[in-house]
Amino acid sequence: MPQTIEKVSIVISKGSLDGIYPGLILANGARAEGIDADLFFTFFGLDAIHRRRQQHIKLATVGNPGLHLATWLGGIPGISSAMTRYMGRRMQKLDIPPLPEFIEMIADTGAGLYACLASVDLFGLDRRDLIEQVQGIITVGEFFQRSAGGEIIFT
Amino acid sequence: MTTVTVSGAAVELDEAGFFQHPEQWQEAMAPEIAGREGVGELSERHWQIIRFMRQEYLTHGGAPSVRGLSKGSGVPIKELYQLFPKGPAKLAAKIAGVPKPVGCI
Repeated sequence: MPQTIEKVSIVISKGSLDGIYPGLILANGARAEGIDADLFFTFFGLDAIHRRRQQHIKLATVGNPGLHLATWLGGIPGISSAMTRYMGRRMQKLDIPPLPEFIEMIADTGAGLYACLASVDLFGLDRRDLIEQVQGIITVGEFFQRSAGGEIIFT
Repeated sequence: MTTVTVSGAAVELDEAGFFQHPEQWQEAMAPEIAGREGVGELSERHWQIIRFMRQEYLTHGGAPSVRGLSKGSGVPIKELYQLFPKGPAKLAAKIAGVPKPVGCI
């Protein structure tokens, strides 16, 4: 029998659609496999669990060569929104949930959602700015304690 | 692939324990597989999921993922994980004698 992964702690540090979804998919997929999962949101990744901002997560259209869109074009006002809508339609076709719904769903799977204390302080936020599913605002030390015995994945 | 005996009948399972031939499955085998997978006693709610999973596979030729299982059966995701803590879609498929669900969401 090959060795199995029992636990993962996934750090989401970016605030773009393409920066947030991979970590969410990993966490959700881990739970589906019966693996314990925690999500730790830091820096701009905090937007994913921010009550208002999580509704407006956009695809990065500048500085994103993988999009195969000229940077000057990506910078035109409205392009990021248009590309985000386009991506949203494609995701809908594949039944990938919109971000707020996806995060709620992941919380329902039993995964833990945590915010990084340093980032919360840096951005002048408090608990009320974050969605109710967030279980705590924790320090790096607490994050490592919670991650003991598991794999840490930084995205 | 391995051949194991479930409820007195020989069945073929893949490496992860999923049925290779869903037609070899019988309802009477479900409690034994559930016990082996650590699910414990099957409640009526478990059965609802197991039957739905099997029906979905037989109808569409593929087992649904957790999201599809929740949407289709009407059982909330939270409850699915209470019923099958080690992965609802995966375990329901195993117990229902169908291949592993494919999909990332």
